[in-house]
Amino acid sequence: MSGHSSYVPKTGIERWLDARLPIIRLTHDSAVSYPVPRNLNYLWTFGGILAFMLVAQIVTGIILVMHYTPHATMAFNSVEHIMRDVNYGWLLRYLHSNGASMFFIAVYVHIFRGLYYGSYKAPREVLWILGVVIFLLMMATAFMGYVLPWGQMSFWGATVITNLFSALPVIGETIVTFLWGGYSVDNPTLNRFFSLHYLLPFMIFGVVVLHIWALHVVGQNNPTGVEVKNVQKDTVPFTPYATIKDLFGMVVFMVVFGWFVFYQPNFMGHADNYIMANPAATPAHIVPEWYFLPFYAILRAIPDKLGGVIAMGSAIVVLAFLPWIDTSKVKSMTYRPIARQLFWAFFVVCIALGYLGAMPAEGGYVIASQIFTALYFGYFVALFVVGLFERPKALPTSIADAVLASAHGGSAARIATATAAEPNVKG
Amino acid sequence: MAHATDTSTGTTRRDFLMLATGAAGAVAIGAAVIPLVSQLAPDAQTVAAGAPIDVDLAPVAEGQAIKLFWRGKLIFVRHRTKKEIEEAKAVDVATLRDPQTDEQRTKAGHEQFLIIYGNCTHLGCVPLGNAPGDPKGDFDGWFCPCHGSHYDSSGRIRKGPAPLNLPVPPYAFNGDTKIKIG
Ligand code: HEM
Ligand code: FES
Repeated sequence: MSGHSSYVPKTGIERWLDARLPIIRLTHDSAVSYPVPRNLNYLWTFGGILAFMLVAQIVTGIILVMHYTPHATMAFNSVEHIMRDVNYGWLLRYLHSNGASMFFIAVYVHIFRGLYYGSYKAPREVLWILGVVIFLLMMATAFMGYVLPWGQMSFWGATVITNLFSALPVIGETIVTFLWGGYSVDNPTLNRFFSLHYLLPFMIFGVVVLHIWALHVVGQNNPTGVEVKNVQKDTVPFTPYATIKDLFGMVVFMVVFGWFVFYQPNFMGHADNYIMANPAATPAHIVPEWYFLPFYAILRAIPDKLGGVIAMGSAIVVLAFLPWIDTSKVKSMTYRPIARQLFWAFFVVCIALGYLGAMPAEGGYVIASQIFTALYFGYFVALFVVGLFERPKALPTSIADAVLASAHGGSAARIATATAAEPNVKG
Repeated sequence: MAHATDTSTGTTRRDFLMLATGAAGAVAIGAAVIPLVSQLAPDAQTVAAGAPIDVDLAPVAEGQAIKLFWRGKLIFVRHRTKKEIEEAKAVDVATLRDPQTDEQRTKAGHEQFLIIYGNCTHLGCVPLGNAPGDPKGDFDGWFCPCHGSHYDSSGRIRKGPAPLNLPVPPYAFNGDTKIKIG
């Protein structure tokens, strides 16, 4: 949707480079002159926040590796060494461990944003599926990272999650032995998880490039869900509008991140992980990191081992099929009176599953998990059915109309002139 | 090109070469995958650590249980009380999820000793029930805290999500209280 390039090389060197590797042009077209819908709200700043978090995790991670020892007898102590002896080691480790949580907070906001505004619908299906792939890779990365400090939660988390594969008929046990490189979680397991924990973030980086490429082909969705019709009227250039807004969102996000790192660095962790791994005793109450809890609740809700694993896997994979499950053409929930309520119900269901995942698997909690698991999948069925008969509210004819209708008189005129004048302003 | 065409069948020497190259490539890739995957399996050192071990059970008093490791796997040895043995034998095997008699799980003449792997068959946690104050579940055996599986005094699954009994490792008695595991 960006049309032809508006980049004009100004110096001789730029012209020389542009004829050989048009990298400045690419940057200009995708981060400066790139048109963004003028009505984006702060939920759209989370994409930038996620990119920032990925880079932050890679930088802190590479530094941690300089001081960390991937061995079953030494890993735990090397993390304590980072915490006590390495200059600013405590900071780097807390940035990395809390960074993982913040990364997931951002990705969940980003996903719910997509669900609410129908960002998964045509023409953004591939963009959405790439997002689901990134989410899966993030889960794998965070899971393997959590194993590295080799505490009790690391060890037993690794045991429980790798054992999920033993539920597969016939080949299950072999797969588990191959994952472990032994007959239980041990040093070979730690070593291969370390290798993959280093690799996967760079694979995420690659998929993020594809994700942004796809985004720049189809353009951003927006709170009305109405596609851009007139680039002049409906959009503003990425720089300075989106750049500054993203930056502001990022700074606010970093304040929260900083608060956790400096004041509550272990709030989102578990005390048991400060006890070295002991293969002879499981902690009384093992729970995964908070960001896995809803899926963990679904796993435990099904009384059958294989069934539980299938349900948990489906809970994520079903997201990839959402573009075809949701039968409504209207994207934004703002204009869908029934689906909108379903969305909020789904949001509450996810929070409830998260709570249940942290509770012991007994009595009423199990029954509640089963009900909420049914409701979780029910959302997707309901979206399919509701789309067939729901009568959406009247959509605005264009993004500009939606914006100008809510702004008043003079200010609306001002916005209109500012936008129209924009292409002449230097980027 | 025309001179390479075998007009009677419509195939060419080039078609043959393409197929042969493709086949050779597929074999080569397949061969390359073998070491890439095989290295994930337990290595020689890990396998060698599975040599049999001798254990003396004499110090394990009645009602007591110990934990030991063989091939990196946790093993429980429980010296069962009369009551526990009777309970294990009284069960109607047909009602069990993973039907096995107590006789199949112990050695004749040594019924007091139950020797089983110590990782829950659900997702691998260590069930509680060895230490004196531990919960033993509803069947005088073990209780897995992770997702609530109950094992009886023969280590058989009775309640909860685990599908199978705690397996019996390969072992033999050589002497009244001496066993060789492996
Ligand atoms: C997607 C990005 C990443 C995520 C979500 C992530 C997540 C995690 C998590 C949750 C931990 C456990 C922290 C703890 O409780 O101590 C961890 C540890 C670790 N990660 Fe990462 N990580 C990422 C990227 C990286 C990268 C790129 C590297 C190296 C190049 C790295 C190296 C390490 C090391 C050495 C540890 C062990 C030290 C420690 O536990 O603090 N990570 N990671
Ligand atoms: S691991 Fe024992 S019940 Fe799940």
